[in-house]
Amino acid sequence: MIEAINEAMRQEMERDPRIIVLGEDVGENGGVFRATDGLLAQFGEERVFDTPLAESGIIGTSIGLAINGMRPIAEIQFLGFVYQAMDQLAAQAARIRFRSAGRFSCPIVVRSPYGGGVRTPELHSDALEALFTHSPGLKVVMPSNPYDAKGLLISAIRDEDPVLFLEPMKLYRAFRMEVLEEPYTIPLGQARVVKEGDDVTIISWGATVPLAAKVAAEMEAKGVSAEVIDLRCLQPLDLDAIIASVEKTGRVMIVHEAVKTGGFGAEVAALISERALFALSAPIVRIAGYDTPYPVPSVEDDWLPNAERIVEGIETLLRY
Amino acid sequence: MFDPDQLSVEIVQILDENGNGDERQLAAFSDEWLLRAYREMRRARVIDERLLRMQRQGRIGTYAPFSGQEAAQIGSALALHKDDWIFPSYREVAVCLMHGMPLEQFFHYVQGRLSGKRMPDEVNIFPTQIIIAAQTLHAVGCAWASKLKGEPHVSVAYFGDGATSEGDFHEAMNFAAVYNVPVIFFCQNNQYAISVPYRKQTASRTIAQKALAYGMKGVLVDGNDVLAVYETMKQAVEAARRGEGPMLIEALTYRLGPHTTADDPTKYRRPEEVETWRTKDPLHRLRVLLERRGLWTEAQEDAFVAQVNDEVTAAYEAAIASKSGSIVDVFDYVYSEAPKLLAEQKDEVMRRKQRSGVR
Repeated sequence: MIEAINEAMRQEMERDPRIIVLGEDVGENGGVFRATDGLLAQFGEERVFDTPLAESGIIGTSIGLAINGMRPIAEIQFLGFVYQAMDQLAAQAARIRFRSAGRFSCPIVVRSPYGGGVRTPELHSDALEALFTHSPGLKVVMPSNPYDAKGLLISAIRDEDPVLFLEPMKLYRAFRMEVLEEPYTIPLGQARVVKEGDDVTIISWGATVPLAAKVAAEMEAKGVSAEVIDLRCLQPLDLDAIIASVEKTGRVMIVHEAVKTGGFGAEVAALISERALFALSAPIVRIAGYDTPYPVPSVEDDWLPNAERIVEGIETLLRY
Repeated sequence: MFDPDQLSVEIVQILDENGNGDERQLAAFSDEWLLRAYREMRRARVIDERLLRMQRQGRIGTYAPFSGQEAAQIGSALALHKDDWIFPSYREVAVCLMHGMPLEQFFHYVQGRLSGKRMPDEVNIFPTQIIIAAQTLHAVGCAWASKLKGEPHVSVAYFGDGATSEGDFHEAMNFAAVYNVPVIFFCQNNQYAISVPYRKQTASRTIAQKALAYGMKGVLVDGNDVLAVYETMKQAVEAARRGEGPMLIEALTYRLGPHTTADDPTKYRRPEEVETWRTKDPLHRLRVLLERRGLWTEAQEDAFVAQVNDEVTAAYEAAIASKSGSIVDVFDYVYSEAPKLLAEQKDEVMRRKQRSGVR
């Protein structure tokens, strides 16, 4: 996935000279995960900037750059660090179009790795997407595989609105996948059916999609046909894809890494109950992080959604 | 070792509070320029006083008056080109008027209209910032873009003494100096952040000296002396345009009125202090100079004030007469294109509007 992300940025920078990359360690070092590897060498110091260590500064200056004609791609080194830039994201970037009644837009992309299971220190693994889906004006994109990552990132870069592009750290080098060499786009707001099924719908995004797909494949052998939907994008949301699947299966599980209470899964569950309650045969099940701060490495595997919890959830749904 | 007590920051002043100054320095300003600066300051004062009264009459919403700060605002704005960018806080009304904001536009803002912060497309002013110091970073980014594009424009961040305590101010100063971008940090030190006085805000003897820590030039100027403010700003802007990087200007001034119309300053300021600052009024000293030179009379003053009052009335009436937005419009400026769920909410609102229209 990391190569797909790198290629998307490189190809877009070749296409559009207004695109610049800025963030901590994104220059010489090519990013702590090598997402921006080689960009400084290819595009030079006028396009790729190692910034001072200041998250609010990175986002705040990106806003000024964007309103004056540039297309910044900013990196927040780990999503847990984004709290220091919350005002600039949620109260500034998100609102500029609204505040100026349409005179200014803020076409910035904020890339950030997130997600657990990789034994990081505190505040490196938190899944914080719900903070941003609750901030009108932002778009939130969360890819789960290399192909989607490239197409979605190119769409995000070409978008006229501020986009948070959240990259599951655990999937950066988890598996290889054929990715088209030429640039391509995947529209923001289109979910993908990862696996079709008739008995249960599993809705997920980002880091937990491969896990859900793996469990669904295993359940197939036990005679359970689970459909897996990868939302890919939380804002805008592909509600039609969700409702279509719910109406088919009548049983819904939502899987995400973020803490359960107030997580985006709650929003998905609420939308389903508003629009397809009578298609449901069982109460909706949510498998999510527990309502605690993201824990330490020694216990994180038991904190994160895992196969055992998903299987248990499916069994619960099928009991009805 | 570095001892802040040994640091000496001198204040730049050309015209003192009695309208006196060094004749050679004064000679650099034409009669025409002095008259223009005075008229702009007087216009700003009349507008400010009218807005305050209109708020008391319930004709406009919350308002943050700037009386006392006219020299800092007009003097700095006079040194800018039309293409330069301004990033204002909520107290920079005089700056914005000087830089091309139509007065009618400001009435849209204080009447709480959706279009209130939309400047005309050709006016390079960013929407008024409410979050203290957030705009300093936007100014740096904007200046950075000018530099990358090879354009000769300067960006100016306007903020107050309280803003210098915010993290964004420090991040902005640091980024500006590291990337050597054409930005001016223009601080109006009016000595109060709502009720909190300067000495509780910072242990620095001056705000100007904070520039040192970032490897940037800083200057302290008498913010009630429009000549000194203009001259200082002009030098800073010219240096930035030449590629010499950012500068921090501290304009020492005083807010004669309340923080906003929702505030009672007698709770935290002694009347004697306010009276002392009234004697340093930025308009008074320039008027003394103009009258001494025979450039301005009582009759001219009265006629000019009446003319500005008419202008205010006309702008207010034009704003009132123009079409106000409705709840339907709030959905249009969230995204470039409304996502489906947002569009549904707009439809719902429109249906309700239509129904109530039928009734």
